[in-house]
Amino acid sequence: MLSLVPEKPLTTAPSQPPVAAQQLLIDVQGVRKAFPGVVALDDVSFRLRAGTVHALMGENGAGKSTLMKILAGVYTPDQGVYRLHGREIALTSPLDALENGIAMIHQELNLMPFMSIAENIWIRREPLNRFGLIDHARMYQMTRELFAQLSIELDPQAKVASLSISSRQMVEIARAVSYNSDVLIMDEPTSALTEHEVAHLFRIVRMLREQGKGIIYITHKMNELFEIADEVSVFRDGHFIGCKQVEQLSHDEVIRMMVGREITEMFPKTIVPIGEVALEVSHLTLDGVFHDVSFSLRQGEILGVAGLIGSGRSNVAETLFGVSPASSGQIRINGQPVTIDSPRTAMQHGMAFLTEDRKDTGCFLSLSIQENMQISVLGGDNLQAGFVRQQALDAMCEAMSGTLRVKTPNLDERIENLSGGNQQKVLIGRWLLTNPKILILDEPTRGIDVGAKAEIHKLICKLAGQGVAVIMISSELPEVLGMSDRIMVMHEGRVTGIVDRADATQVSIMTLAAG
Amino acid sequence: MAISNTQALGKSPKPGAFRFKLPAEARIFMVLLGVALIFELLGWIFVGQSFIANKERLIVMILQVSVIGIIAVGVTQIIIMGGIDLSSGSVVALTAMVSASLAQTSDFARAVFPTLTDLPVIAPLAAGLLVGLVCGLINGTVIAKTAIPPFIATLGVMVTARGMAKWYTQGEPISMLSDNYAAIGAGINPVIIFLVTALVFHIILSYTRYGKYTYAIGANRAAARVAGINVNRHLILVYTVAGLLSGLAGVVTSARAVSGQAGMGMMYELDAIAAAVIGGTSLNGGLGKITGTVIGTLILGTMTSGFTFLRIDAYYQEIVKGIIIVVAVVADQYRQRNRRS
Repeated sequence: MLSLVPEKPLTTAPSQPPVAAQQLLIDVQGVRKAFPGVVALDDVSFRLRAGTVHALMGENGAGKSTLMKILAGVYTPDQGVYRLHGREIALTSPLDALENGIAMIHQELNLMPFMSIAENIWIRREPLNRFGLIDHARMYQMTRELFAQLSIELDPQAKVASLSISSRQMVEIARAVSYNSDVLIMDEPTSALTEHEVAHLFRIVRMLREQGKGIIYITHKMNELFEIADEVSVFRDGHFIGCKQVEQLSHDEVIRMMVGREITEMFPKTIVPIGEVALEVSHLTLDGVFHDVSFSLRQGEILGVAGLIGSGRSNVAETLFGVSPASSGQIRINGQPVTIDSPRTAMQHGMAFLTEDRKDTGCFLSLSIQENMQISVLGGDNLQAGFVRQQALDAMCEAMSGTLRVKTPNLDERIENLSGGNQQKVLIGRWLLTNPKILILDEPTRGIDVGAKAEIHKLICKLAGQGVAVIMISSELPEVLGMSDRIMVMHEGRVTGIVDRADATQVSIMTLAAG
Repeated sequence: MAISNTQALGKSPKPGAFRFKLPAEARIFMVLLGVALIFELLGWIFVGQSFIANKERLIVMILQVSVIGIIAVGVTQIIIMGGIDLSSGSVVALTAMVSASLAQTSDFARAVFPTLTDLPVIAPLAAGLLVGLVCGLINGTVIAKTAIPPFIATLGVMVTARGMAKWYTQGEPISMLSDNYAAIGAGINPVIIFLVTALVFHIILSYTRYGKYTYAIGANRAAARVAGINVNRHLILVYTVAGLLSGLAGVVTSARAVSGQAGMGMMYELDAIAAAVIGGTSLNGGLGKITGTVIGTLILGTMTSGFTFLRIDAYYQEIVKGIIIVVAVVADQYRQRNRRS
């Protein structure tokens, strides 16, 4: 493993004795990080050598992002040792990390749109003239020199708002380089780039590698791994699986390392009679987000939807439910073509949609469990002379939370005070009260504990048994494989395959998801 | 949370963990009592008489904030829904002008509309309410359809409505109003109108779909939409209701003064917001009660009366009022944070 390092000329680093420990830029041992309800990283180790590109790979939720955020000072680890240049450090903030020579290029771009490129790059470090005012001429000159070095062709005076996404990415990279950092962390930097721009990015990355910098490169794309990376560390379920030289690996070996585990959890999948076609989607398109999505769904069927984050799976669900109506394509419910332009119309057609993000689009945190559960059924029989029939509604909620085993002594408690799993049950209860025929579940078990997970799985199967047509989006492959009758896989806004339960394996799904 | 759980289960709370939890309105009521008691004490020390044990003073105390209170009932709903309304004071002025112009008697030679004098009292009342309703409808529609911040939309209506109130008679006040019209604002009628309005909307907010949707949108607008609520339509509805209440406040103001003046209702919007916030309505939305707002309004009234009673300058009154508003919001933030941790 060490043989790689001396081959790279260390142009910027001062001559150092060739002791292995000093080639290590970052050496992290036994790191643990837990969030309420979830252990994101457990006993994870990671080493970054100078003059290498080190890829991080793993499924969604494997812990890559958490590790990266610890390395960049966003999170503090609960346990473990973090050594930088062999010296133990404890970063307190991203700024602290930057000052220690660790720069991160975020997936979500962090530029100020109404300031110029140069202002964005040199913020906090603007060159001053003798009156103590900002010396714009010099700042532009510095930017031009930086861009020349990276062969970026952008006007330093241009406003960031006027730039394309890829140009903004270049500005981000230039800013990271401008800090003379030893370590650069890139989180899926090519996700918004064209092929041509990717080639440019790779030239920059190689140049930085020649200069002896360490580059941490997070990607889901296999071809990039083999093209640019020297080493790869693979993570799974918050654990470190292994670190290998890329040249010793094959494509299949990487996938096996990523999905590795057998299906150990039991899924209570019961085979139920499949009924008529409940939902038929043809050529559904939301411009710029997903294209030409077609599938059908029958009563009693569970259609799993797999794909990486950003593949468009949640967007398809949002469009089906009218949150962001389609730009073209057709939706048929029970054979009838329908136009769904708002969640309200979707509900009128018997649909229900459990969103991916409980906090952002699910819970009313300041309201009670009861109010959260009954908000979608405050009409029809539950109204009397303009007043809601509170007692009847309360009884319905009481019964529903009994069925779903929501753990709370009191439905007047604020939903905020419940655990994630119980909040999820309340939201599922909200939709079950509407008596849906088509149930769309986006990450129904994300961030909730094993016990609650199993209960929710059982419930989904029971609903399918009652003839409800279910779409279940999940990042957890075992869940998708264990629960679905068929699995639709998406990649970059397109359906790459619909696989029957019998033919689906982790490797086949991952291969389709990786495009 | 653990505490309220154990209480709900009927078990005795753990020793040391016991904390008596009052509903938010009860705490605000304690503040009201506290403020009144301070004035009582200062009264005996500096003026030599009781502050509270004076029926007339108590009536005046409520009377002078009744109009603010009527507006605050509407503003509370808007703030619960996560919005804000800066236009109420100007809407009061415009409404006062329009309704007063239709309430003039024929005894007066220079009536605004010489042909429209001696109308039945329903005419100016309906016109006033309609003006308020339209202003609210404009607020709501602009906010819902253009997605500009409520602060800006209602600021625009605030300036425009004030301008229209002045333009209506070229700045001239409107006087010689009919006795029937004046009766709306006579005696303790404004107090009755305020309390009835508050009661009606307390019931509506607690027991109707309108109320539940208002809280839901304020608590989480995106979730409300996904839950099937027509958020835009509800926004328009609530702003319209608040406009209607501002219109009612305008009618009461002009009836009480037996005139219409373009300068009426100046800064009332801020007093109404202050009453709501002091009463525990959270500017983050999703939280608040009409009962709290009523008590908040009474706190403002008590302070005004108290300062007058102690013969302290009106300037100091404003200074202290400002401080109390900020303290109330800080207390709200602090309470929110404590809940979360």
